[in-house]
Amino acid sequence: MIEIKDLHKSYRTGSTSLHVLKGINFSVKEGELVAIMGSSGSGKSTLLNILGMLDGYDEGSYHLDNVLIKDLNETKAANYRNKFLGFIFQSFNLINYKTAWENVSLPLYYQGVGRKERKERAIAYLDSVGLKPWVEHLPNELSGGQKQRVAIARAMAAEPKVLLADEPTGALDSVTSHEVMALIQKINDEGRTILVVTHEEDIAHMCKRIVHLKDGVIVSDEVVEQQRVEANV
Amino acid sequence: MKIFDKDLWDEVMATLSKNMLRTFLTTLGVIFAVLILILLLGATTGLSNGFAKIFAGTATNSMFLWSQQTSMPYKGFDKGRRIEFTLDDAELLTKQVPEIELISPRTQLGNFRGTVTVTREGRTSGSSVYGDYPSIDRVSKKRMVEGRFINQSDLDEARKVCVIGLDTYQLLFDKGEKAVGEFIQVNGIYFMVVGVYKRNDNINFEGENSVFLPFSTFSRAFNTGDKIGWMAIMVKSNASVATAERKIKTILKRKYSVHPDDPRAIGSFDFSQIFQGISAFTFVLQGFSFFIGLFSLIAGVIAVSNILLITVKERTKEIGVRRALGATPRIIKTQILMESIVLTVFAGLVGFVISTGLLYVLNVQFGDGEDFPFKNPTVSIVQVTVLFALMVGLSLLIGLIPANRAIKIKPIEALREE
Repeated sequence: MIEIKDLHKSYRTGSTSLHVLKGINFSVKEGELVAIMGSSGSGKSTLLNILGMLDGYDEGSYHLDNVLIKDLNETKAANYRNKFLGFIFQSFNLINYKTAWENVSLPLYYQGVGRKERKERAIAYLDSVGLKPWVEHLPNELSGGQKQRVAIARAMAAEPKVLLADEPTGALDSVTSHEVMALIQKINDEGRTILVVTHEEDIAHMCKRIVHLKDGVIVSDEVVEQQRVEANV
Repeated sequence: MKIFDKDLWDEVMATLSKNMLRTFLTTLGVIFAVLILILLLGATTGLSNGFAKIFAGTATNSMFLWSQQTSMPYKGFDKGRRIEFTLDDAELLTKQVPEIELISPRTQLGNFRGTVTVTREGRTSGSSVYGDYPSIDRVSKKRMVEGRFINQSDLDEARKVCVIGLDTYQLLFDKGEKAVGEFIQVNGIYFMVVGVYKRNDNINFEGENSVFLPFSTFSRAFNTGDKIGWMAIMVKSNASVATAERKIKTILKRKYSVHPDDPRAIGSFDFSQIFQGISAFTFVLQGFSFFIGLFSLIAGVIAVSNILLITVKERTKEIGVRRALGATPRIIKTQILMESIVLTVFAGLVGFVISTGLLYVLNVQFGDGEDFPFKNPTVSIVQVTVLFALMVGLSLLIGLIPANRAIKIKPIEALREE
């Protein structure tokens, strides 16, 4: 699904150059649930941005579903993101003046799906994350865990190849964190490929594979025994 | 992306209604600009209509022509010779000058503006006495308060009838007394009154103290024969009075052996020149109004664009999220531009409604007033269409500034966690 070969990325600020990713080799097969760990400055956010087509890279190659992702223009990147990727953010990033279902249907809107079908599909996804009674509610009427579930439903709405979750539990307490991880596991069980960036060990162990990043290189990449979370949503 | 996509409109309306007070304040500039523009344009039209009202009843494409004394010797004639026009001249001109719509010859007792004593049952009035054709009513319309104006039968049969002005009536009759059917005396000859007219609140060169007789009656009663004092000439609406005037004078000068360059022998007054002057004045006023309005509009639209820049800044994160979810730069751009257009046009409509209301009030207050030339202050459909096209165009153009700012937002920067 994801094929990264000898990936390099540097940031230039004036005369100084910061080499952030120093040759990453990394691949993810369909249906995997991978945790990417690392302290701040390890390059994990940069890697996620490149995986999410939000940023470019200098050297190497990145194939997503056998499509080379390189030097995309803004419009093409937007279309690829819409088609291939679902984003889950630490701070949810819901649009606060749109109801739950409108937020979920946004990727479908950008795909040009008609309003009626959009609403049906959005409600179906909200139902699958256990939020059917909340479809007409605004984000500020929802709890943190509920907001993240709306965001997950939104990430799923366009039926992407890969879900990218950036610290999905970073703004949540441990109980809701577990709820969210249970949901992520459930989605993964259904066959979806998911990458989770986190710095919490326990969250990482709820995934099937953990990749450690340090100073721009992968220091370890191991398959772990997945710690299942009690699904009570 | 279609412009009439309901979802796009929903998006636009949702963002605009998010901060109603600010949205409203933003639009004030455009509202005032449209207000000023429509008020000025409307008032100019009102003024122009007011002038038109003053001239109402006077054919604007008309001129007057009279004979005077020559001021240059020509073909053996000395200068100072008096020329007198006759009915034949009117006929000759009608035949030879195609621009002429009609000629109404007139003769008059005394000199120009001279008066004659008119009497009835011991009362007297010093009035102007004219011998006229019924067609004079087309050049200078009379408002009849009683009876009728001179007609063709009066002329054909040389009836001894007359039409008098309201002033003359008041001097010769008691208040409320019926004038039609009564007789008045001019230079010892009796004429029956068939009508009384009133001034027309407009340019009126005959006043209300006048007595009109049929031309034929006048010529027999006072033994003036075919001689005419002056001619009121109406020119066809598609022809220029100046051209007609030049042709007429050339013909008459040749006929009466007047030196072609003699400026004095034939007197004339071109009514259309006054109108041209006033039209030019209102035209300039209109241009000026449009100029002021246009610049206030630009200022207003810039204010809208400014506030949209601020909203774009505020919505950096939202725009970043939208981009991450697959919004292309084009979609974002279209949305900001639509916001700009919707704000401007909405403000324009508000300004339009308010200003139309104000114009209505102005019309009720000053319209049809006796001493102020103001009537029906309106703006034409063309002006409104141009104005709205201008607003859409300007808002589109200036909306490009915040729109381009919005598409420069990189999702990666927008999504960076604080």
